[in-house]
Amino acid sequence: MPNMTLQKTPAREQEPDIRNKNFNEVSQGYDEELALNEAARCLNCKNMPCVSGCPVNVRIPEFIAKIAAHDYEGAYAIIKTTNSLPAICGRVCPQENQCESKCVRGIKGEPVGIGRLERFAADRAMAKGSAPAALPAPNGKRVAVIGSGPAGLTCAGDLAKLGYEVHIFEALHTPGGVLVYGIPEFRLPKALVREEIRNVEALGVKIETNVVVGRSISLDELMEEEGFDAVFVGSGAGLPNFQKIPGENLCGVYSANEFLTRINLMKAYKFPETDTPIRVGRNAAVIGGGNVAMDAARCAKRLGAENVYIVYRRSEAEMPARREEVHHAKEEGIIFKVLNNPIRINGDENGYVTSMECIEMELGEPDASGRRRPIAKEGSEFTLDVDTVIVAIGNSPNPLIKNTTPGLAVGRKGEITADPETGATSKPGVFAGGDAVTGAATVILAMGAGKKAAAAIDEYLKNK
Amino acid sequence: MYRIVRKERLHDTVSLIEVEAPYVARKALPGQFIILRIDEQGERIPLTIADYDRERGTATVIFQKVGATTKRLDLLEEGDYLMDFAGPLGKASEFEHLKGKRAAVVAGGLGVAIAYPQAKALSAVGAKVDAFIGFRSTSLYILTEEFKNACDNLYIMTDDGSNGHKGFVTDALAEQLKAGARYDEVFVLGPMPMMRAVCSLTREYGIKTTVSMNTIMIDGTGMCGGCRLTVNGETKFACVDGPDFDGHLVDFDEAIMRSRMYRAEEKLSDEKHFCHLTGGER
Repeated sequence: MPNMTLQKTPAREQEPDIRNKNFNEVSQGYDEELALNEAARCLNCKNMPCVSGCPVNVRIPEFIAKIAAHDYEGAYAIIKTTNSLPAICGRVCPQENQCESKCVRGIKGEPVGIGRLERFAADRAMAKGSAPAALPAPNGKRVAVIGSGPAGLTCAGDLAKLGYEVHIFEALHTPGGVLVYGIPEFRLPKALVREEIRNVEALGVKIETNVVVGRSISLDELMEEEGFDAVFVGSGAGLPNFQKIPGENLCGVYSANEFLTRINLMKAYKFPETDTPIRVGRNAAVIGGGNVAMDAARCAKRLGAENVYIVYRRSEAEMPARREEVHHAKEEGIIFKVLNNPIRINGDENGYVTSMECIEMELGEPDASGRRRPIAKEGSEFTLDVDTVIVAIGNSPNPLIKNTTPGLAVGRKGEITADPETGATSKPGVFAGGDAVTGAATVILAMGAGKKAAAAIDEYLKNK
Repeated sequence: MYRIVRKERLHDTVSLIEVEAPYVARKALPGQFIILRIDEQGERIPLTIADYDRERGTATVIFQKVGATTKRLDLLEEGDYLMDFAGPLGKASEFEHLKGKRAAVVAGGLGVAIAYPQAKALSAVGAKVDAFIGFRSTSLYILTEEFKNACDNLYIMTDDGSNGHKGFVTDALAEQLKAGARYDEVFVLGPMPMMRAVCSLTREYGIKTTVSMNTIMIDGTGMCGGCRLTVNGETKFACVDGPDFDGHLVDFDEAIMRSRMYRAEEKLSDEKHFCHLTGGER
């Protein structure tokens, strides 16, 4: 008999007042008992609506049935057939907009906790350690992958499984892309990312760090001189956007990329044990309403800021962040100032931020994005005393590869033009996916793009 | 890991290291920089490429002991390894258009090391080059012989007047400009306040002036925006849009202010790393 409880089985979590002072993982996920309890909520629907909601089509009811049958390794094996990074997806996917949004149990009550179950299966399998995958016979063809984020890792893993010799080029000193520099430790432990990367390397994928494609070597050189038969560009959304308001270059104004990179990649939260510093001060404001804004705000709180504000120009309903992140942020004491827009940042005589002027907003008619357009309320200006401002309003594609690759077509914002089904670009043999194509999106969408591109590259090279 | 194949202490506070880095060596051009990290706890610091050897697969950087990282870097010797050494980064300096023209290279302190490849490259494209280089004292001279060979005229200034020419490089440049010397372009490399001073001088004469902006950086690939500065009213990233900019359009006051953002933390880091027992290593 299915468990007909209307609510999801809650995951174990650190208490808000404790966790907002440390960088350990917030959620401890399910133990066996909780997982079995939640797995029993799945109705195992014949038409499997949840699967269609997943960008990589994880066979959800099948793996949940395996959990219910206590066959955890079997569950993991099923997930791994379509998702190469399950421990990561179980933690950072916006399930409420994807698989869980289609769950029949969600019509009356809460959907099945698919993400939590995926994480349970993955964590359990990883703790146990898995036998090395049998490597296929090399097919003699070589593929270069630019960037070791979720798109690149997925594409590389899939191609290696097909017998390709895959070489990943990573610009930073540590592989993982946004999983390492962007998403904080408390939401995605780095040991786990390293483990997933080791799994990809175990398939024979070589990762070379400190290679900035476009500078250290060009894309054309990879194909013409280094003998790669195809290239996948998964270089991410590089360039941070700013609002272009006065005071944005004052000391204490960070892009979210810089703030999070200092903390996550450079471990500035351990300064001076590590050499990279960061300044947070007593009051910090984060501009934006996405996952990155939530991450930045929660980091600022953990670094000792007394008051951390999320300043967002629309209402909470329009926030693009995962619901769980908004919920966790609030629990941890982040102050939400929605329907407010910054108009100026003020500083002292040495150039350090002292305050931020904002104006209240109201929602008008829907705009091109389908969300109601925020309009400034005249005369509603007010000042927020802050020492730090973190701008988390998105990124534009990094121009390095575009500028150094003749014949690579790009869109209006510099995003690489690629077929959404195959990742094929205007240049033969060059495929692209992830944020470099779509602009800032999610880990799972990047993985989906990497997956499709791997299949298309295989098709392309077989027929070449 | 990147092996240090040669190390030379140019004087008390300035050292040169030649590092095995095939990617950098293959593509490096004057004006570009690398980012290095000593070890796992280390910060990423940008250093301008002073020289490169495509055959040997090496790149050379020259650094001054100014803070925790450069002090620790100076403790490494030939045969030691750096954890990370990425590049070449930034846009290369442009010299081709100065063929048959007259250029000045103005540099102070550590900037002298970075300016040498520029002077050499300018000579190589067939420009006439005057160099104005400054040191605190003759005991801190670096690369003066090399400069002599790469330039038509060399003016050396010292803060203490120990070479008989007391003053700043701007004084020497001002004197030549006053005497009627004219340049098609001036290249300035060194501390920001010095670059600002040279720019305000050349502005009076309407001489195009290119500066190399040594801002705070983390990734060096355009991702973090920590290196941003205002050029002609627009925000630019030194790492991908530069490091060379039209000095007359750079907001130096803002850039100098930003470069001082971590003063307190730098001091803390520096003090923490200094061991009174060994005089160095933590």
